[in-house]
Amino acid sequence: MKIGPDDIRTVARLARLNLTPEEEASMVTTLDAILTYMETLNALDTTDIEPTAHIIDLETPWRADEVTNEANTEALLANAPARDGNHFRVPKIID
Amino acid sequence: MNPDLDRYEGVIGLEVHAEMLTASKIFCGCSAAFGAPPNDNTCPVCLGMPGVLPVLNRRVVEFAVRAGLAIDCRIARRNRWARKNYFYPDLCKGYQISQFELPICEGGYLDIHVDETTKRVHLTRIHMEEDTGKNIHDAHGDSSLVDFNRSGVPLLEIVSEPEMSSPAEAGAYLRKLRTLVQYLGICDGNMEEGSFRCDANVSVRLRGATELGVKVEVKNMNSFRAVEKAIAFELERQADTLDDGGHLVQETRLWDADREETRSMRSKESAHDYRYFPDPDLPPIILSEDFIETIRRALPELPDARRERFVSAFGLPAYDAEVLTSRRDLAEYFEAVVAAHGNAKAASNWIMGDIIRLIHERKLDDAPIITDWPVPAANLAALIALIDEGTISGKIAKTVFEEMLTSDESPRAIVERKGLVQMSDESAIQAVIDEVLAASPDKVAEYRGGKEKLQGFFVGQVMKATGGKANPPLVNKLLMAKLKA
Amino acid sequence: MTTPLHDLTLAEASARLRDGSVSSEDLTEAALARIAATDETWHSFITVSADEARATARAIDAQRQSGAAAGVLAGIPIAVKDVIATAGIRTTAASKLLEDFVPPYDATVTTRLKNAGAVIIGKANCDEFAMGSSNENSAYGPTRNPWDPTRVPGGSSGGSATAIAGRQAYGSLGTDTGGSIRLPAAYCGVVGMKPTYGRVSRYGVIAYASSLDQVGPFGRTVEDCARMLGVIAGHDPRDSTSVDRPVPDYHAALGGDAAGLRIGVPKEYFIDGMQPAVEGAVRAALDTLGGLGATTSDVSLPHTSYAVACYYILATAEASSNLGRYDGIRYGARQAADDGLASLYRNTRALGFGPEVKRRIMLGTYALSAGYYDAYYLKAQKVRTLIRQDFDRVFADVDVLATPVAPTTAFRLAEKTSDPLAMYLVDVFTNPASLAGLPAIVVPCGRDEAGMPIGLQLIGPPFGEELVLRAAHAFEQATSWHRERPPEPAGAAA
Ligand SMILES: [Mg+2]
Ligand SMILES: [Zn+2]
Repeated sequence: MKIGPDDIRTVARLARLNLTPEEEASMVTTLDAILTYMETLNALDTTDIEPTAHIIDLETPWRADEVTNEANTEALLANAPARDGNHFRVPKIID
Repeated sequence: MNPDLDRYEGVIGLEVHAEMLTASKIFCGCSAAFGAPPNDNTCPVCLGMPGVLPVLNRRVVEFAVRAGLAIDCRIARRNRWARKNYFYPDLCKGYQISQFELPICEGGYLDIHVDETTKRVHLTRIHMEEDTGKNIHDAHGDSSLVDFNRSGVPLLEIVSEPEMSSPAEAGAYLRKLRTLVQYLGICDGNMEEGSFRCDANVSVRLRGATELGVKVEVKNMNSFRAVEKAIAFELERQADTLDDGGHLVQETRLWDADREETRSMRSKESAHDYRYFPDPDLPPIILSEDFIETIRRALPELPDARRERFVSAFGLPAYDAEVLTSRRDLAEYFEAVVAAHGNAKAASNWIMGDIIRLIHERKLDDAPIITDWPVPAANLAALIALIDEGTISGKIAKTVFEEMLTSDESPRAIVERKGLVQMSDESAIQAVIDEVLAASPDKVAEYRGGKEKLQGFFVGQVMKATGGKANPPLVNKLLMAKLKA
Repeated sequence: MTTPLHDLTLAEASARLRDGSVSSEDLTEAALARIAATDETWHSFITVSADEARATARAIDAQRQSGAAAGVLAGIPIAVKDVIATAGIRTTAASKLLEDFVPPYDATVTTRLKNAGAVIIGKANCDEFAMGSSNENSAYGPTRNPWDPTRVPGGSSGGSATAIAGRQAYGSLGTDTGGSIRLPAAYCGVVGMKPTYGRVSRYGVIAYASSLDQVGPFGRTVEDCARMLGVIAGHDPRDSTSVDRPVPDYHAALGGDAAGLRIGVPKEYFIDGMQPAVEGAVRAALDTLGGLGATTSDVSLPHTSYAVACYYILATAEASSNLGRYDGIRYGARQAADDGLASLYRNTRALGFGPEVKRRIMLGTYALSAGYYDAYYLKAQKVRTLIRQDFDRVFADVDVLATPVAPTTAFRLAEKTSDPLAMYLVDVFTNPASLAGLPAIVVPCGRDEAGMPIGLQLIGPPFGEELVLRAAHAFEQATSWHRERPPEPAGAAA
């Protein structure tokens, strides 16, 4: 087994996903099979191979430090599930 | 000091987040200015809306390189962005664009001065990242509010090695760093508004031990004093806990400024797993030698160099030089005064005294850059010139200075308008002295009988009779001649 | 008998608009009528933007009448995959979580379509957040293959492909991360093209896996795709991974024939268990190209069999991060926080995401998490290098590679839903070019014994769009597969 129920719960917590007991059980089975399949990569010796993070050889382009946006607050808040004036509203945050 | 602390030594590392003084945000064209109405400085990019992408602000890289060069860091010709993944309402994308394995600057150091000794504090790294929005707590009973105006404001994260051992050293490091970023024009250094923030990693270990103790991250300090107090509290708490046979846990604690204590943060997960990985939306940053050299050539004179120059070129005491170079604008003000009239010591005295007092009273020391000085440099220079040429006395100068604070007139104009020109005519002063002595024959007798400290009384009487205008050295000379006669 | 309007290709419709024999309003009404008549069966669309389309069509017609210069796509009804942001038109990514999301911005490709005068007719169905190979992962129900509605259209851009196969639009845009344009094109018997990574802006395209995602066109013909590619390609200062190099005249590339074209045939793309009809059709296509003067040679891409494992690690890792923003705070369907703030996230994401999206978030989170990063994510990044090097090596000797698109033709609905790994393996021939960022086109090249379409994949070197277009066009001109059309759905007015 590559992955068990405890791992699944840890990963679900990291990913902020509530899983039902049924989902949890099915995740264990399918993820275990998939991760086992992914281990086929271990057949390759990659010792001196550079990882590829970007497939095209580019540099981060730069823009000038200029303010180009104008306030469009109403349109940007229009999709908010809950708001308070021009703030987004969330359940109370306790530090 | 608490006896516990004698057995332990503190191990302190600081992580500073400095908001950069750019016009626009790091990855979008929104204004980075502080204080706009809620969510006015936002757009799809800094709200993390679906499908939008970051585009880097060139000045952010320039500022990071400027800081790195000033601190003697190694500048990575190739560095890159990483995503730091976590969830919090003020973090709009579920990740912060930051740097991880390949930051833009590594190494470097700052020399700090504490208790007459100089200590070198090394830096681990400096990297660029985006700021988060701001959660507003305690707004309405069961809700918090989120404002994303700050989301995407560029930050420099400056991480020190854990090489400080006391609150005083931490304070000195922090002040030094703030002076430096202000000098470089990359951050206003305002701790209260949160544009210069500091988290402290604090642990203790038995003196002489080499292994590090359990590290506690302390957050939520918004002044230098708070940082020093929070570290002091935390060192003592940790030492006490160990002495009582307790165990310390690696955790994040918040400084409570009202209760002057740190408390454990409930909502933060105990073990972070940020799942850093290279940001696929942003290719690597490649810096050319040319780019770096252009920034190097444009570096302003840095505080240490300037302080030394103030001592060697102007003959100022080390303390004066330290204070005058503690802010770039202050140092520049001083140099402007001296450029207009070359009496550096007098300029220093005026600035160290009256000007700094006024800056403080007018709360100008909170300003990133003071533009609106209580007195223009040219006028302060002119005032010092009037004293040096004997036109007014130092005492009259104080009166003129007070007048200058509410008037645009030149000091000379004020002196003329109010008839404050110093009386340096010997015969006129002699006449006043004669009058004063004649009015107090008994005091004159006492003086001559050996009560020499009455000298001051006579000088005071003469100054009073001349409305403060008599040239004091002359008064002294003539008075002595008369009394000793 | 005259051709019904909906049966015109994009190029034909464009010519009719120019000669004045039809108006954009005619084409738009024809497309809307076709959608109304057929979409209950095929379900190509999540949202049909009829009002906006009609308004645009009228405006374009007025413009044309006033003699104003008309863009390349002026007046042509186009469908857009629902992961591409359209200002003012809801954009759901086929997710329940974004059911009511109306972006206040356009994706750059949307802007380019609009600037070229296209009429956006609706938002095409797809797998949720483009995660899937069958289009069964849409929160709005699956799209069905027009050739056989009991079969899948392929995914994730299934709706964009069926809209073309079913004559509901004259062109469409999809996105391809690991084969999401090419697989549906093959399964539905249309032309689909994935450009070189960086050729088309990703700004406003809801991200699945950012280092792989690329927008591309679907059309009935290679020429239609070339026209659309010319419109959407090009540097975008809002996408830092978009490449700043000139866009060639893709239409001009079609003039060439196949003579002298060096075609490589990678042996790893013909595997055991492959449907014989698929191999047969691809081999026949190679013969056709050979007959047109192309030379074919066997080549080897030795790391091909590692591509699926490599792809699903990298794509899910990036996805787990890209989907972090769906927290129900700034937009999206928020679920009640029954247990403080943390439950707001957990509940919103648990109820808003479908099973496959959750599975990929879980996989990707695991692959990036402390202790597993090196074994999975970093390992996959290194294998990606090996796969790219395979292609670099063969492109020294050949101009394009010709391969099958998938081991079989379209499978039946629900056939693979209980076995995610089997579903992932459908991508075995499309994942390698995705990992290498290469341009690839799919053209119809046959039908199997059940009548299901088979596609030919032509892969080019980086920015070799002209080469693959030229090869595909030459093949298309010599064959008639692209002229075949699926049967009318039961009950649909023809
Ligand atoms: Mg940071
Ligand atoms: Zn913004």
